Amino acid sequence: MTDHELMWRIAGGSGDGIASTSQNFAKALMRAGLHVFTHRHYPSRIRGGHTYTEVRADSEPVRSRGDGYNCLLALGDSFARNPKEGAYYGDEEVKPLAENLDELNEGGVIVYDTGLLDADDIPDFEERVEENDWHVYPLNLREIARDHGREVMRNTAGVGATAALLGIDLQYFEELMAESMPEDILEPNKEILHYTHDMVTEEFEFTHDLRVPEGTHDEEQVLLSGSDTIAYGAIDEGCRFIAGYPMTPWTEVFTIMSQALPEVGGISEQVEDEIAAAALALGASHAGVKAMSGSSGGGFALMSEPLGLAEMSETPVVLVEAMRAGPSTGLPTKPEQADLEHVLYTSQGDSNRVVLAPGTVAEAYEQSRLAFQLAYGYNIPAILLYDQKIGGELMNVPASHFDREPNPELGAVTTEAELEEAPHGPGGKFYRYRYDAEDGVSPRSIPGQKGGHFLVTGNEHNQAGHIDEDPTNRVTQVERRASKLDAIREFLDDQGTQTHMGPEEADYGLITFGSQQGTVAEAVDRLNDAGHSVKGIGVSDMMPYPVEEMTEFLESVDEALVVEMNSSGQFRGLTQKELGRFGEKLSSLLKYNGEPFEPAEIVAGFEASIEGQDVPEQQTTYVPAAGD
Amino acid sequence: MSAFSAIGEEREIDREEFTPTLEPQATWCPGCGDFGVLKALKQAMPEIGRNPDEVLLVTGIGCSGKLNSYFECYGYHSIHGRSLPIARAAKLANPELEVIAAGGDGDGYGIGGNHFMHTARENHDMTYIVFDNEIFGLTKGQTSPTSPKGHKSKTQPHGSAKDPIRPLSLALTSGASYVARTAAVNPNQAKEILVEAMQHDGFAHVDFLTQCPTWNKDARQYVPYIDINDSEDYEHDPTDKAAAQEMASEAERGLYEGEVLTGRFYVDSDRPSYSEEKQAIGEMPEEPLAERYFDDDYEWERTHDMLLDRHK
Repeated sequence: MTDHELMWRIAGGSGDGIASTSQNFAKALMRAGLHVFTHRHYPSRIRGGHTYTEVRADSEPVRSRGDGYNCLLALGDSFARNPKEGAYYGDEEVKPLAENLDELNEGGVIVYDTGLLDADDIPDFEERVEENDWHVYPLNLREIARDHGREVMRNTAGVGATAALLGIDLQYFEELMAESMPEDILEPNKEILHYTHDMVTEEFEFTHDLRVPEGTHDEEQVLLSGSDTIAYGAIDEGCRFIAGYPMTPWTEVFTIMSQALPEVGGISEQVEDEIAAAALALGASHAGVKAMSGSSGGGFALMSEPLGLAEMSETPVVLVEAMRAGPSTGLPTKPEQADLEHVLYTSQGDSNRVVLAPGTVAEAYEQSRLAFQLAYGYNIPAILLYDQKIGGELMNVPASHFDREPNPELGAVTTEAELEEAPHGPGGKFYRYRYDAEDGVSPRSIPGQKGGHFLVTGNEHNQAGHIDEDPTNRVTQVERRASKLDAIREFLDDQGTQTHMGPEEADYGLITFGSQQGTVAEAVDRLNDAGHSVKGIGVSDMMPYPVEEMTEFLESVDEALVVEMNSSGQFRGLTQKELGRFGEKLSSLLKYNGEPFEPAEIVAGFEASIEGQDVPEQQTTYVPAAGD
Repeated sequence: MSAFSAIGEEREIDREEFTPTLEPQATWCPGCGDFGVLKALKQAMPEIGRNPDEVLLVTGIGCSGKLNSYFECYGYHSIHGRSLPIARAAKLANPELEVIAAGGDGDGYGIGGNHFMHTARENHDMTYIVFDNEIFGLTKGQTSPTSPKGHKSKTQPHGSAKDPIRPLSLALTSGASYVARTAAVNPNQAKEILVEAMQHDGFAHVDFLTQCPTWNKDARQYVPYIDINDSEDYEHDPTDKAAAQEMASEAERGLYEGEVLTGRFYVDSDRPSYSEEKQAIGEMPEEPLAERYFDDDYEWERTHDMLLDRHK
């Protein structure tokens, strides 16, 4: 973090183009040589309501949303209806301005559209501006857009205005517009962009000192979301079949795959429900194709039945679970990490599955590939567990990160030549589930292969797949299936999939999993800068759990704080269950208000925890270690 | 050489090839109608000339789900009601496979009813055999979706207040391009219908009347049955959809009054299968996807070359 980082927030109503405008803004800054990171906030409705996106930009790599923000572009919500006083959804009209003031940092810049927003409707606006030393630039963006094009182009006027105030070169926006807009829309947009920029430069005296930082990239960058990288990892790993049912936020991966797969000769199926979706993925995989499905919490609940079948039948498949706040439909568009236990233990019987939780947008690409390698290499279902935050945030990643070879290997399968030599049962069936399988992995045959027919069943079965309730067979098969997880643990240990942060030796530890990794990394650096002795670890392997690595980590520190977005400390619970000790060393910092952590909240929570004080007043919860 | 050389291998197929040399221990009751399905399917299979290794038989759960234990081919004994989504994806992954799904009336018309409707409307090129005995068998005799109104069981002690499902009408309305009903007591007709169903290029639904001598003692053995295509009283033309709907309604109403109408209710040979539709709009490759993973010369595309530009 530098002193001059930009944290720009565009706010308005859903359906007013906030997402696309912020995406272009982030891309423009990336092209200008900066590192960028976006944070999305949107309600579960199609049009209107309060929505915003933050773009944080810095010359140094950016790992989180940051603390608050320092520049607001408040557009009017064109779908706000004048609600009666005391109406359920509140005073919609001024929301894009009023709702964002709490997080605006001292000395911040405000640009708002006087064409649709009236600051006089916010009771204490003037006082707050003065108190916080905010610099306000009221502009009739609606009128400018209407005069030079169409009213809907208010976004472009707003971008032109903030570009002038922050000193951003317009060429980046022009290029992006030219790439995405047809001629008849491009021209008025360009005119509005320049008109607003020039007008602001000429007519306003700039009282603020915030300017866009300068930066350069050593190599070409791309701007991607976690949903993009999960999809691209799957495609590069040879996945050519997806089946799904729409549900936020999983829909993003489903959409990207559905558009990309026909281009590479793959198949996407939108089906009647999530049970069918997961079952289709099993069917395609059984017939010899790399396949995936997925959903979010409620939809994933329906998949628990086919997931169990995949475990018992050892049919490889990758499922993605995009967490949002629950229970039930919860907060449909807000992030939470409370489906961890659901994903680990759903479905009847002992769990034989892989669960991976990527920590960053870039990591989601590797983990997506890894999920396929493990699923198909070990004939086991693998689940990629992420959340709305990682799925929707955009980050710049070097393009070379994706310059990898595709991997079409189908994993643990037989060839027809091998089938000729392989043992078969007395009825003629191939021994698909061999007792003597190395690492527990018994290769499968694919329907259509000569000499390969066998029976798949969700019942306990013998080597040929026949239903078999013999106790000795039962024990052998249970132990063989479980032993695959040991082999996978060994494989993952060699890969080094956990992310270590801060110094090697430290007194205290910060532990997290999944999407909070970047924010925790930032907090670790800040704490060390402030004189604390702290290291951190971002864990991505949920099952099998990295027992050795975590034992070493916890033995090396006096205390550790587990940071996660849920109210029950699920990851802390998993850690204690897997390690069987350290209860006295582990405390929790939890957040479950529908927003991801900000680094300052983690810093404050940590300082309070080591000093034995209450966490300062904020929307996080501190839970002390056992025995405290 | 193809990675799937069992597919399309031309030779005389012996009925015995589909019969396990080691008979599994029977889990069906003596006199069960399921034996009739098994017998008919074993007779039908050699007639369509498919090798055991190119057939995928996907079943649900229940007595009917055990069909593939008695049958030598690729088998997938899946979960209650879910045979269709598994089967149709396997067909999409490798359209050259002979894919058959099978299950019971509870499995197929109850818990799997949603999948039945959607698989029929998509018109996947596959055969779906529903063992219809009007009862839940393996869970010991509860009322099923096709049990008659007023049927008493331990879970419906006062007699069912529900009208039964009308499977033939449901299949027709949903879009199945081949709809037939046959009965275990007539293996010859059953065999002929199964051969036709498997050869049909589209979703072929066969409602297979099977008696349950253990839990549905009151139920008829579905005799005397009448073949609507041969009978002088009906002479039903299965290519006429409106007539098919009327005939299906009549058969479904009459069944509970002792009139067992069987035969081909609807046959639409012109409707393209789902794979053909999907290929026509460019959402499915012409060659089987599954083959690609065994083709060393296939050039796999990667996102770096094809998708990254839009993110720069």
